[in-house]
Amino acid sequence: MTKRIVITGIGWVTPLGYDIESVWQGLLAGKSAIGKTTHFDASTFPTSFCGQVADEYDHDNFVTHKNLHQGVGANTSFALGAATQAWRSAGLDQYADLDPTRLGIYLGSGEGSLDFENFAASALAGWDPETRSIDAVKWVAKAQQCMNAICEIEQEPNMPLSHLAMEFNAQGPAYNCLTACAASTQAIGEATEVLRRGQADVMISGGAHTMIHPLGVTGFNRLTALSTRSDSPQTASRPFSADRDGFVMGEGSGMLILETLEHAQKRGATILAEITGYGSSADAFRVTDMHPEGMGAYAAMKQALDQAHVTTADIDYISAHGTSTKENDSTETMAIGKLFAEHAPSTPVSSIKSMLGHLIAAAGSVEAIVCVLALRDQMIPPTINYGKVDPECQLDYVPNESRSLPVDICLSNSFGFGGQNDTLVIRKFL
Amino acid sequence: MSRRVVITGLGPVSALGIGIDATWQTLLEGKTCIDRVKRFDPSGFPSQIAGEVQDFKVTKLVPKADRKATKVMARDIELAVVGADQAARDAGLITRSTDPEAYKADDFMPTYAGARLGCHIGAGLIAADIPELAQAFINAVKDDGSFDIHKWGAEGMTNLTPLWLLKYLPNMLACHVTILHGTQGPSNTITCAEASSELSVGESLRVIQRNAADACLSGGAESKLNPLGFLRQIMTDRTNTTDNDSPSTAVRPFSSDASGTAAAEGGAIVVLEALDTFRDRGGEKAYAEIVGFGASQTVNRDYGHCKADPTGNGIANACRAALAEAGIIADQVDLIMPFGIGAPDSDQSEIAGLKTIFGDRLLEIPVFCSKAYAGNAGAGGGAIDVCIAAKALSEQMIPPRINCDNPLPGINAGTAKATPATLNYVLTYSASFGGQNAVLILKKFE
Repeated sequence: MTKRIVITGIGWVTPLGYDIESVWQGLLAGKSAIGKTTHFDASTFPTSFCGQVADEYDHDNFVTHKNLHQGVGANTSFALGAATQAWRSAGLDQYADLDPTRLGIYLGSGEGSLDFENFAASALAGWDPETRSIDAVKWVAKAQQCMNAICEIEQEPNMPLSHLAMEFNAQGPAYNCLTACAASTQAIGEATEVLRRGQADVMISGGAHTMIHPLGVTGFNRLTALSTRSDSPQTASRPFSADRDGFVMGEGSGMLILETLEHAQKRGATILAEITGYGSSADAFRVTDMHPEGMGAYAAMKQALDQAHVTTADIDYISAHGTSTKENDSTETMAIGKLFAEHAPSTPVSSIKSMLGHLIAAAGSVEAIVCVLALRDQMIPPTINYGKVDPECQLDYVPNESRSLPVDICLSNSFGFGGQNDTLVIRKFL
Repeated sequence: MSRRVVITGLGPVSALGIGIDATWQTLLEGKTCIDRVKRFDPSGFPSQIAGEVQDFKVTKLVPKADRKATKVMARDIELAVVGADQAARDAGLITRSTDPEAYKADDFMPTYAGARLGCHIGAGLIAADIPELAQAFINAVKDDGSFDIHKWGAEGMTNLTPLWLLKYLPNMLACHVTILHGTQGPSNTITCAEASSELSVGESLRVIQRNAADACLSGGAESKLNPLGFLRQIMTDRTNTTDNDSPSTAVRPFSSDASGTAAAEGGAIVVLEALDTFRDRGGEKAYAEIVGFGASQTVNRDYGHCKADPTGNGIANACRAALAEAGIIADQVDLIMPFGIGAPDSDQSEIAGLKTIFGDRLLEIPVFCSKAYAGNAGAGGGAIDVCIAAKALSEQMIPPRINCDNPLPGINAGTAKATPATLNYVLTYSASFGGQNAVLILKKFE
């Protein structure tokens, strides 16, 4: 008999705010969090807008051990705020009997933001126009003078994990995975597997990421993956609409507390939902494109349904990857259409990326929380900015207005650049 | 009863050599591979030595059909791709990449169907290539020569190739390997610094055990051999800055005169297979069986996440979990391959952790440290150790132990010649900068 895995705590830091209820109300109201980029001067970039976490956000207002988190990067800062909310909502701050070696962490957090100004200054100082290469002696002289050791070290992708471990005294299995935009969905899926095998009683799981920095935006602009609808940032993210022109960057973190049912019941925790299915696949196709028939996406969804012992007829809501790029939205639609067959037209599918933007590695964790709240309130958030119908995207995308309906079982998709596909099945706990 | 998992192919790529035969030969000769940095002029850096892969040219090391893909690969990705090629061939796997002629045919039959092949590869923070960016930056400067972000946004960035970002995403190691070898099952990229490889091998093990795949390409790779990655290593205060003139004896794990580690590049991919499917395909001799895996996190709030914990409790916890899964007691371990980077506080922390597990037996069990030979290859280091451990088990031989003439008390890590030995169980682990620990126990294949 395999162990049942439940969700007992949730928390997030998003461009719409950093407490569960106000962000959830914002999403149900169809509020866009997209605005002008202010983290750096992006005024001349092809894309000069995104979804940013408010400047007022400060993890110090959440954590207990402030001294352990000096000089952290944005990813760690977001992770600390989201995880502290989740920890409290699970009542773990009031629970003294947790064995630290049975508390694990599995995150899907991104790489840290490069210290761009000093990186650029060092690169220019080290550039030798004669040889058209870098003079390492000149480079290091400048780098040592301007770069900060803590800032450099804190860019490692395991740092949010290390800080959460310190904050919550988590000494069990500890992982960070980074499979681009699929990372935190994969982390949650793998965390359930760690629990199912009995290697921990409780896992903190989710993701944290920002790529809203000069090289992040440069990278995606060069790939022509971002929307350039600068005249109307709030309507730029329009998943599944015929006139979509790319994704909009967001940033933040979503964190969940996962437990074995046995452990949650033993300590009398409030159970928010159950994770019953997880699927993971690789396209093995191209570094730049998804498999044209959505084979990988199909395989991940199919595996998740099989593990959950449900059929497509049982799914009440799909939280789509829905990035608002031409390719993702039509391929995802195709894969859903193929798998759900006659149930496809009647299964609501929406993308909250229309409101928050794309939180990259953290996106899946925030979307998993949306599923938990949809199950709780029997409400699903809309895909906003939905306008023109794309002949290749003909599902029910919950256009522009949230919907009240019976929701018992949700499916949440995340697909990463490079071909990693991950799907979760999250259901009402009965 | 979960499936048994064996290691059937080894693909190490490090300063020790490319491929398991070259690697093992270097070890048997007791030849250290740490030398003055050649990739760039290190004279301005406090540490000037490293473990560098020699004669590495990715286009010469991958099949002709795959050369085009190498254009968008950072060094870290190249190392993983070459390691995967070595491992798949060593295991005799027929894949898209190992048999491109057969792949063209309509009746192509790979050893494993794509959906039954997984891929788990550990990666580090891939450092942006400075010359590539500098060359673009010089088109976006103000009159005083400083960087101008307005010019950069408006036109400077167009000097970068459109696919630029794809060279630096950590999941691109696994991504390229999945494409080249057609693995369509579960795939993941673990990014926990030095613990990444062993965590990846551990995750492959779990995926096969739970029947989500039959075989996996697994391991990790990283290069610290670029000015930024190299400087970041120095910033951790663990690199050797005192032995720039004597690189071959600079890294001295568990020696009383240890003085820091050397940054390196390298990694390895190994082929893991379920014993049942390995047998079904006619496989006979595997290198070793993986019988135990344990992961843990070190937490000592007095020291924080960037300093070694003198109690070594995290390492002990992971060892305990791995021993329990293997169903053996500590006394049954015949060889320990520790993290052993040669930084005094890190070495001491390991001794404390191992003592908790092995007690006085720690004085008897031989300890072999690959970092004395090849330095610390970050996310790739653990996978190199897995290869060496598997080879040691199949050869029943402990390679020469070097650079430890004055071993610290309590541990059997002193310099020794190559030793034939009865090896049934080898325990190997990595402990990351940041506190993640991962332990694997390998058993002689029977």
